[in-house]
Amino acid sequence: MADIQNITETVKAIIVKQLAVNADQVTPEARFIEDLNADSLDTVELVMEFEETFDLRISDDVVENMLTVGAAIDYIAKKLDEKAAAENKEA
Amino acid sequence: MKEERRIVVTGMGVVSPVGSTVESAWDNLLAGRSGIRRIGKFAEREYRCQIGGEVSGLDMDKYVSPKDQQRLDPFCHYALAAAQQAMDSAGLQPGTDIPPERIGALVSSGIGGLQTCTLQSQRLENLGQRMVSPLTVPQIIANMAAGHIAIRFHLQGPNFGLVSACATGLHAIGEAAWIIRRGDADAMLAGGAENSVIALAQAAFGAMRALTGSHNDDPEHASRPFDATRDGFVPGSGAGVLLLEELTHARRRGATILAEVSGYGATCDAHHITAPIEDGSGAARAIQVALNHAGLSPEAIGYVNAHGTSTPLNDLVETRALKLALGEHAYHTAISSTKSMTGHMLGAAGGFESVVCILALRNGVAPGTMNLATPDPNCDLDYLPNAARELPDLRHALKLNMGFGGHNAAVVFSRFED
Repeated sequence: MADIQNITETVKAIIVKQLAVNADQVTPEARFIEDLNADSLDTVELVMEFEETFDLRISDDVVENMLTVGAAIDYIAKKLDEKAAAENKEA
Repeated sequence: MKEERRIVVTGMGVVSPVGSTVESAWDNLLAGRSGIRRIGKFAEREYRCQIGGEVSGLDMDKYVSPKDQQRLDPFCHYALAAAQQAMDSAGLQPGTDIPPERIGALVSSGIGGLQTCTLQSQRLENLGQRMVSPLTVPQIIANMAAGHIAIRFHLQGPNFGLVSACATGLHAIGEAAWIIRRGDADAMLAGGAENSVIALAQAAFGAMRALTGSHNDDPEHASRPFDATRDGFVPGSGAGVLLLEELTHARRRGATILAEVSGYGATCDAHHITAPIEDGSGAARAIQVALNHAGLSPEAIGYVNAHGTSTPLNDLVETRALKLALGEHAYHTAISSTKSMTGHMLGAAGGFESVVCILALRNGVAPGTMNLATPDPNCDLDYLPNAARELPDLRHALKLNMGFGGHNAAVVFSRFED
């Protein structure tokens, strides 16, 4: 299983840096656009940062539904689990 | 006939290698202090030119939000800082003192976000197209300085960038004044901003042999306009922005009037991509047009802030241009190049150097041309060598800039009199 706490901390740190917001604003319920003042360009940049940091590919239709911090964390955790499972199979 | 609208300067701001407040930059220029330093990253890689004028003394947090510090190319940071200073010094509140649609901005860059362009090109090459930032385009485009200024101050009047390489800032001021004159706005922020001291520019201007390569160990003496040994310019970064205002508008709100924009001329050499036409006739015509608009004879000009880049050709051609336009008076007017201290701020030069002209008019003193040790027999005018000079009777100052592409701009600033 993915280390949720570690993922959460990394995702939060990326959001704090990219959106220049305070860490205490970055709750699981926080919505990127309404609560964290992101625009559509910010959300694309954020996803790029997630992809680079976690070595993942996140497709555009997923991005459209990734509206909150919690949704991003859940999705990244799920993708990392899938990736680990695939790697185990190969091994 | 409708009476002509007069344009005055009521605010100004600078970001530069010699300081990023009007007061500090002025003090340093009068004292002859250079902002040119050795740049470690260029020295390590053995660039032809290893020196430059990086922005000095800029309190970024005062002018740009933490988020915008990441999201904007540095040339827009410099533009916002200079614009904020200009608005603060003018005490003009859009929405209160002026309807938003009656104030605009024409603050431009000679090149735009070249640093962003370089960085994102590297990402494209190394990481692939998926990793190119969605902010790339808005960071690169040269009109974004004006765009960001509009957003920040809520200015809904005429707003765009214009580009004429090293004449950009001065063309912007001249054109913005004419926008007010024709009645499309009552106030305009105008000038230029440039992030010049970056690797690609340093390499590219170096490849042209446009930069000096002889003073890497003696940066403060590298930029030596009109000196016989001059051998290229030194890049400098920064911004210079004026708040221009229609006279009756400025009066009505009791603004302090710093100077008047009394004439503007724009011409082209139509000659060569980078070399100015050798007889100086293109720049001379720009000066003549500006004097005509101002209704002044050449003898009225008491100070010229020269383009004075410190390249062999520019300083020679500019000297010829001044002789052509001013005649015998070219020998009697005070002339100086503050690029001897700031380096060449490219698209920002006209903005910053216009501030110098206005300060010279207000204070009755002009900065000197530093590092002028060996006179050039072909550059035989009075360039205020190595020291500032008191000019107590100064009433009209001429600002001239020339850009790659053969673009020439001239603006006459005058001490304000009724």
